[in-house]
Amino acid sequence: MVKNVVISGSEAIAEAVKLCKPKVLPMYPITPSTLVPERLADFVFDGELDAEMIHVESEHSAASALFGAYATGVRAFTASASNGIALMHEIIPIISSARFPAVMSVANRTISGPINIWNDHSDAMSERDQGWIQMYCESSQEAFDTIIMAYKIAEKEQVSLPVMVCIDGFALSHVYEPVQIEDQKKIDSFLPSYKPKTYLDPKKPTTVGPIGFPNSFFEFHEQEQIAMNEALAEIPKVHKEFDNEFGRKYGNGLIDLIKMKDAKYALLANGTSVGTARVTVEKLRSEGKKVGLIKLKTFRPFPAEEIRKACKNLKALGVIDRHVSLGSEGAMTLDIKSALANEKCKVEGFISGLGGRDIDTKRLKKAFEILEKGEKGIWLK
Amino acid sequence: MTEKLVFNKGAIIHEPGSTMKYKTGDWRTFKPSIDNSKCIKCGKCWMNCPDAAIRKTKEGFFEIDYDFCKGCLICEKECPVKCITHAVEEK
Repeated sequence: MVKNVVISGSEAIAEAVKLCKPKVLPMYPITPSTLVPERLADFVFDGELDAEMIHVESEHSAASALFGAYATGVRAFTASASNGIALMHEIIPIISSARFPAVMSVANRTISGPINIWNDHSDAMSERDQGWIQMYCESSQEAFDTIIMAYKIAEKEQVSLPVMVCIDGFALSHVYEPVQIEDQKKIDSFLPSYKPKTYLDPKKPTTVGPIGFPNSFFEFHEQEQIAMNEALAEIPKVHKEFDNEFGRKYGNGLIDLIKMKDAKYALLANGTSVGTARVTVEKLRSEGKKVGLIKLKTFRPFPAEEIRKACKNLKALGVIDRHVSLGSEGAMTLDIKSALANEKCKVEGFISGLGGRDIDTKRLKKAFEILEKGEKGIWLK
Repeated sequence: MTEKLVFNKGAIIHEPGSTMKYKTGDWRTFKPSIDNSKCIKCGKCWMNCPDAAIRKTKEGFFEIDYDFCKGCLICEKECPVKCITHAVEEK
């Protein structure tokens, strides 16, 4: 039965995970991700979800148990944030190199220090090179929908890569919004039960996680890169299927274009700042300015071709990065600059919202002003 | 390695015993050898080899499997009758 409820982004994730029927939930709570394991614990305790919740002693163990669960051939889930993700760092690429289609939600929170519990994207962005698909969400409904799609994308045979579903800490994880919770039967037909080809079985011994000597490591890494390219093709397909089934879409699953047709200047943002940017663009449009917005839903694999197409007629694009690669630039800015290296469109990076600083319409208007004047990108403090 | 490499997805190996195929003794610096004329067949070298690279022969002597011996010389150190000596490995 379809339910319409008002819940937080974290609860939307927990509801979606419940419908995907994972068998193992190794969880370690951390602000602002804690509501996810809390709700899932409720579901297990109340008998609504037939899964084993493992109360691990750290995030390192949570990721390790996630690996272990997938090695035995079952669907599993974990959630974390910030320094929890940092503690998982060692295991994160081990999960992806084993090609386990795990799903993890990240309630984006800055990596300390100074110690800070608020939102920016430094936790997930610091893991961008480790073979996980990364999808960012703007609303609680999108978080719900993305979890469902994430399992489907991850479990595609040619993809077989884990997915991080990222929601902004507090700005989404703790914000209550109306969410449509879909019917279990419909979810079951969209996402059939997980049937891996290989898993640990005493009757048919296999080795999972062997050493990769210099004669083979290179090839295995290349396979992950090929799988990432496959994901670039599969994400829009799964997204279209989801739209057909449930009637909701977020661009093509990779990027979404807002008032881009005749735009001369545009911003590119991800996560909840997209909502603020929508309002800013509408306001500037009402003043007659030809401005637009690109929402980057999928950060890894990076949809360079889609972005090139979207920026064909732009004079300048401003990238709103909630993370800075210290000593260089914002992670998204670097990728966009590389994607548009041979294009006419200028790219300026705007570091913003670090450690929970607001990204408001005033700051985004400022970014547009800078683009129009042809000035350099700044830190939008 | 003469066998053609297979790159299974996720580096998963589908049959047991794959480590037998990897010869790991090729970076040895010291090469121990056993003088059977002095050997008392006590088996201390065989028991103490950390890589199980010493095998028992039908005659009750012991032989070193140089495909896996790393040249740590624990066998030489443990031998009570000093029948194991070593030379610098030449390649």
